Amino acid sequence: MVHPQLDDSSSNLPPANDLAEIRSDMLAFAKNQLNDADQAEDAVQEALVGALKNASSFNQRSSLKTWMFAILKYKIADTLRKRYRDPVLESETSCKDCDSSSDNLFDERGHWQSDAKPKNWGNTHKLVDDQDFWKVFDLCLNQLPGEQARVFMMREYIELTSHEICETLNLTTSNLHVLLYRARMRLRTCLSSNWFEQ
Amino acid sequence: MLSCEEASRLLSEKQERKLSLKESAELGLHLTICSGCRQLDKQFSNLRSMIRSSKDHDEKSSK
Repeated sequence: MVHPQLDDSSSNLPPANDLAEIRSDMLAFAKNQLNDADQAEDAVQEALVGALKNASSFNQRSSLKTWMFAILKYKIADTLRKRYRDPVLESETSCKDCDSSSDNLFDERGHWQSDAKPKNWGNTHKLVDDQDFWKVFDLCLNQLPGEQARVFMMREYIELTSHEICETLNLTTSNLHVLLYRARMRLRTCLSSNWFEQ
Repeated sequence: MLSCEEASRLLSEKQERKLSLKESAELGLHLTICSGCRQLDKQFSNLRSMIRSSKDHDEKSSK
């Protein structure tokens, strides 16, 4: 690890309190992504060092947090890439969740079970600011099997393309699509019963 | 005619790739007669847009 050379131009950095808060957000994000506390710490540490090292080139108009998260996402993708290319460490490339049956949402003819049929969620725009909603969202996300949660977050939060995720995790496109399908179905089912149809 | 289960898979795949003409036609036909799958279509789109706007929001509200 290269230590950053911080000169006095670092005085235009935000106060330590803000940095600590950003760091804690980054750590929560990395833990969720990597499901490994040590690797999450490492990724956050490397991202912080990388971000501070280039602090002088930091554009005031963009937020420091955005910049740090961009670096963190890159580090996480890198960690996942290494992890999944090492067959000794992980055997998940066989796609554990791909063959499991769907969660009894459909009857034998493939029609919605009456209690599973999607209902109107109404206007979801106002929920973006609703902290309680995001707590429920996080709970639902945490209930997904690890592999489903990981690909869902890589796709929807990090906004990697399908192609990039398949490359990183060594999945076939159809395996990825099955995982994303299951993740979306479970997430919407969980959100429906714990928020929208409360 | 697609079942709801098949339609729901296509609705998720639609977020990932451009559906073939045949798939789009079959899905479109199914959606005209199935309110549950129409809602699912909206929910999948809402999931994506809510996550994206929450990120923009996080980034704007931070320093």
